[in-house]
Amino acid sequence: MRNDHEAVVVEQHVHRDDVGARMGMWLFLFTEVLLFGGMFLVYAVYRYQHTNDFRLAAMELNTGIGTLNTIILLTSSLTVALAIAAIQKKNKFLSILLLSVTILFAFMFMVNKYFEWSAKFEHGIYPGSEELLNRSNGQILFFGLYYVMTGLHGLHVIIGVVILLFILVFIIRDKVTFDNYVKLENAGLYWHLVDLIWIFLFPLFYLIQ
Amino acid sequence: MMGQTAVAVKADNFYHQSTNKYSGILSWLLTIDHKRIGLMYMVSIIFFFLVGVIVGVLMRLELMAPGKTIVDAQTYNALFTLHGVIMIFLFIIPGLPAIFGNFFLPIQIGARDVAFPRLNLLSYYLYVIGAVLALLSLVLPGGPIDTGWTFYIPYSVRSTTNISLPLLAAFILGFSSILTGLNFITTVHRLRAPGMGFFKMPLFVWATYATAWVQIIATPVVGITILLVIIERLFGVGIFDPALGGDPILFQHMFWIYSHPAVYIMILPAMGVVSEIIPTFSRRTIFGYTAIAMSSLAIAFVGYLVWAHHMFTSGMSDTARWIFSLLTFLVALPSGVKVFNWVATMYKGSIDPQPPFLWVMAFIFLFSIGGLTGLVLGALATDVHVHDTYFVVAHFHFVMFGGTGTIFFAALHYWFPKMFGRMYNVKFARISVATFFIGFMLLYFPKFIMGYMGMPRRYYDYLPQFANLQMISTIGSWILSGTIFFIVGYLLHALFKGPKAPSNPWGGVTLEWHIQSPPIMENFKTIPTITHEPYDFSQLKEMKNA
Repeated sequence: MRNDHEAVVVEQHVHRDDVGARMGMWLFLFTEVLLFGGMFLVYAVYRYQHTNDFRLAAMELNTGIGTLNTIILLTSSLTVALAIAAIQKKNKFLSILLLSVTILFAFMFMVNKYFEWSAKFEHGIYPGSEELLNRSNGQILFFGLYYVMTGLHGLHVIIGVVILLFILVFIIRDKVTFDNYVKLENAGLYWHLVDLIWIFLFPLFYLIQ
Repeated sequence: MMGQTAVAVKADNFYHQSTNKYSGILSWLLTIDHKRIGLMYMVSIIFFFLVGVIVGVLMRLELMAPGKTIVDAQTYNALFTLHGVIMIFLFIIPGLPAIFGNFFLPIQIGARDVAFPRLNLLSYYLYVIGAVLALLSLVLPGGPIDTGWTFYIPYSVRSTTNISLPLLAAFILGFSSILTGLNFITTVHRLRAPGMGFFKMPLFVWATYATAWVQIIATPVVGITILLVIIERLFGVGIFDPALGGDPILFQHMFWIYSHPAVYIMILPAMGVVSEIIPTFSRRTIFGYTAIAMSSLAIAFVGYLVWAHHMFTSGMSDTARWIFSLLTFLVALPSGVKVFNWVATMYKGSIDPQPPFLWVMAFIFLFSIGGLTGLVLGALATDVHVHDTYFVVAHFHFVMFGGTGTIFFAALHYWFPKMFGRMYNVKFARISVATFFIGFMLLYFPKFIMGYMGMPRRYYDYLPQFANLQMISTIGSWILSGTIFFIVGYLLHALFKGPKAPSNPWGGVTLEWHIQSPPIMENFKTIPTITHEPYDFSQLKEMKNA
């Protein structure tokens, strides 16, 4: 249809709108909250049905590693916030440093998670295992939810790391600068969400015993 | 017809202007222009719609006579699942927002594009990936999914057909839908032209805006539900498996928490299109602008709270049942508000029965039947009798196909000259409304009767007393599908051979009728300042002279 190929490139089709970009990010975070909200709903229903089993199963989780990971994630939220403050003050180097520390913390979180899950696997506690199937339904559900919810959260940590790595490159290449840092802000928002979800997961699985 | 100032279509329009350095097919595939993306959606969505139509016709052929007619029972199970999945996830949910929302929402608020043009393209490709995965699952070993489009547990965990792949496809399609919604909300908040307050926005924008909120609020819940079913199939964690303590009814709740609001994702934009077409062809400002705008938001909000009316026979406390029944009756009110306002708009208007208007007339009639039979299903006592029968199937097709489907054609006929700068054969269009209506009534109305008599949905075979009605229904499917292919035919012909359309063939006054057909890249040379109410037809004189 109408094929005279005089492609006229329209310059700057994508305009810059920081408020709009943040608004879009908040809306996206809202959908993430609802995604996990579905999981929390399932958790609430089964906790109500199997209160005692959930209590018993929770005692088997390693509160020490959980606490350590909470501290790690909370601190990483601080460093990513400071990275934004640094770039606002035109301190590119400090921002890169703080962002790298954030990513490092994320790796530490995942390493802890790896050891925690492996320990559970060694004890034969994983979905479909003989050990677990011999237990009560409530405990099966608790560990099922434990793997699904912390697994989904872990997936978000990985996605967060990928996003932060991109932003790191952007800062190094001066695509994110002191007067144009909305990408870093949005990545920070995403990272805070990852942190926030963990703050709810931690007491629900490790602390209520 | 008014506004017949034959504006010579200028050579420079968005068909010749690229947003990237490529020309030819790549300039389309990599475009970030909202109009081109809208058209790419249009091609894909109409393709899948036609596939869905063919599958539907095959189902009707099988049901033409009792016993085996053309396919075996397992294939029939796959067919009705496929028909549902394609029509719902690939046609009717994305349909109006992704095609006409993309094309006209930015224009109607006086913007150059959506807020996130690149994200918009990503949404399109997510749609394509979802569609490809869904199609792939048909041919892979294991066989096509046979659970019905509702994927009910426990069968969806036990069935040995390909379940995980189409579920993943639905998840990805949901993600596409979320990104589109997010894009539209931000666009409406950030990119309205100077003077375009929220209450000067055309009602299609209001409807699409409300829809976008439903997309954002509801879709993640089905996303996680689908993921849980996939995880259940892969690892057997037991969340929905009763043998391990899980609760299949919890799946139904979570599924309908999305899938009921999803019907408002389907119908709200259609209601927005109706609110555009009726004023234009009545030459009269819309009656009750604020009421219509607010009723869209009310539907979006209350519609979120009625999901369990799909589960009146599934096992729920009586208290929960009557609360959900009450809420279901409440959600009918805003729809009623709209219908009365539309009819009131026509009163003392100067009605010009062009094809888009005729489609809307068909819509009001069919949608009212669909809406009122919905109350039969929303009432507890009657629902027990007709639950999971053809009555539900008929109700659903009256509101979705008679509602949204009809308006899909209305929107297509209304905006066709604007999108392509060509005019179709109006006489053909008028005839097709009539045959569509006849085919539709023949196809779906007997299902109300059969459902009332107790014919269950999704059955491969039936008792001899249903034979006559089933036959009538099948004949209807031939008329209806014939009409649809006829429409596609004359529109395609118009696309290449149709006469050039003026920029305002219908005498509309919303912003898209102020610009040339087809529009230029970025829509406006200078962003307009809005001084008029959206449906102020006194503008027509100045528009003619401009």
